[in-house]
Amino acid sequence: MKRKAIIEKTAKIIFMICAVLAIFAVCSITLYMFMKGAPTFQKVGVPELLFGTKWAPTAKTPSYGILYIILSSVVGTFASVLIGVPIGLLTAVFLSEIAKKHLGSVVRGAVELLAAIPSVIYGLIGMMVLNPWMYQLEKSIFGSDFSHQFTGGANMLSAIIVLAIMILPTVISVSTSSLKAVPGNLRSASLALGATKMQTIFQVVIPAAKSGILTGVVLGIGRALGEAMAINMVAGGAVNIPLPFNSVRTLTTQIVSEMGYAQGLHRQVLFSVGLVLYIFIMIVNFILLKARKKGVGEL
Amino acid sequence: MKKKLLAVLCATGLLTAALTGCGNSEAQTTSTTETAEQTETTVAETQETEDTQATEETAAEDTANLSGTISLAGSTSMEKLCEAMSESFMEKYPGITVTVEYTGSGAGLESLASGSVDIGNASRHLKDEELSGGAVENVVAIDGIAVIEDKENTVTDISAEDLAKIYTGEISNWSELGGKDEAIVVIGREAGSGTRDAFEELLEVADNCAYAQELDSTGAVLAKVASTPGAIGYVSLDVVDDSVIAISIDGTEPTEEKILEGNYLLSRPFVMATNGEISAQNDLVKTWFDFIKSEDGKSVISQVGLIIPE
Repeated sequence: MKRKAIIEKTAKIIFMICAVLAIFAVCSITLYMFMKGAPTFQKVGVPELLFGTKWAPTAKTPSYGILYIILSSVVGTFASVLIGVPIGLLTAVFLSEIAKKHLGSVVRGAVELLAAIPSVIYGLIGMMVLNPWMYQLEKSIFGSDFSHQFTGGANMLSAIIVLAIMILPTVISVSTSSLKAVPGNLRSASLALGATKMQTIFQVVIPAAKSGILTGVVLGIGRALGEAMAINMVAGGAVNIPLPFNSVRTLTTQIVSEMGYAQGLHRQVLFSVGLVLYIFIMIVNFILLKARKKGVGEL
Repeated sequence: MKKKLLAVLCATGLLTAALTGCGNSEAQTTSTTETAEQTETTVAETQETEDTQATEETAAEDTANLSGTISLAGSTSMEKLCEAMSESFMEKYPGITVTVEYTGSGAGLESLASGSVDIGNASRHLKDEELSGGAVENVVAIDGIAVIEDKENTVTDISAEDLAKIYTGEISNWSELGGKDEAIVVIGREAGSGTRDAFEELLEVADNCAYAQELDSTGAVLAKVASTPGAIGYVSLDVVDDSVIAISIDGTEPTEEKILEGNYLLSRPFVMATNGEISAQNDLVKTWFDFIKSEDGKSVISQVGLIIPE
């Protein structure tokens, strides 16, 4: 009797410690980012930092404007979501509603594998295959336009394509499970009323799974926003306005590429860039929490 | 229930505070303090003999008895060399602590002139007024930068002026230089890179470069240039391989011999200046320079991708 009680108690404590560890990690990371990143905002000036367009940290008169970097992250993320989500959603529909058991398991396996591929591999393939293609495209579009700076195919568009592929597994798996969770009687009712299968899918099943699909989209946004390695390899890395054929740098690659040799204020500004990224991610997660809560309320 | 929540929050807060505290001190720990700890005991042991240790025989043989501190200050570009050199130096002479500050070439020479450091680092030749102030230029290594392009390119010689124009964006097609009708893809390194600093400084295009790609490693530049038609980039001379062409500048090929002759534009000396000749320095500084000239020192220099002078 006593022994049992002790075991119960110890187990409870162990669980609690584990749970606290996660909270502790999040809190300390947040605190650290703010401590390291916030003072620089004061030193450089918030408008200069957030809305300045010139990034020249090692110049004689340094300037630390990260507006283009922020825009590149935002544009890259949303464009990749715009491409990735429709493809992902339709794949999810195929998996949950249409595919026969055998084919479905093959596709599901492929999607899982896609999720398991490390981002550096995406980057490598992007660099070796996608970039040369992009360069061909760039040449055929801009031809002898001397005012365009040729980037050799390492540009925003490459980054968007790589990101779109990378967010697919997240969108597909979350959407598939939410589509599957739609009660079968909704489908039956729709079909019984004379709706075709496609009408049922698009007008009954997808709307019913709306909040789950939204969760997938938000998770995809988080993935795209936080990706560094692959983007670093395909996007060119010069700070420019995020146009399709410009070489760009995002918040993540900004830190990755310059942390190595940065010193003094330059280094501190990189922490501020990290803080900006962190705040973006927190906003995305906040939206995610809201979406999930709403989903629970509806069901 | 409320109590429990409070306990959880308290624990989290405490842990958080503890971690961030650690994080701070960690960030401020430099390699010099690390090594200082390492050598602390030996320094203490030999402290008494420090005043009398300036006898020639100790310097000659019994190196373990040498103890004290050598201080260097100056060029940020020399960080890699200084870190590697001091590391292997202190491994051989555990009693000596080498501290290096990276304040910039000019500032380093000023510290030397004011006597606050033993050695002033400069990644350029000394100016006349610096030499007349008593500083002696000791070139310890030479940094060479090669301009590279892809294998298919027909332009293999370029004037410094045209090269500068390529990097500032005034020339954007190889046909303007007598080559194929192929756009120039200007590839460089990220801000803060020593190679980029040196390249822009030597070519006098500092802060004016219009890069199409900024990559964060030498290997990446090499790979990109090799695989992109019409690309141009710059890397340390020692990493150039068969996958790219190293371009001649003003008719001078980027080879070690040409650099040692002093004809190649994109090279610069790494100077460790002393107040007066090396022979007039204290034993510690003499040992430092002896080490640099020894086989061990030479291997450090070539390891960090630099050319050994003479």
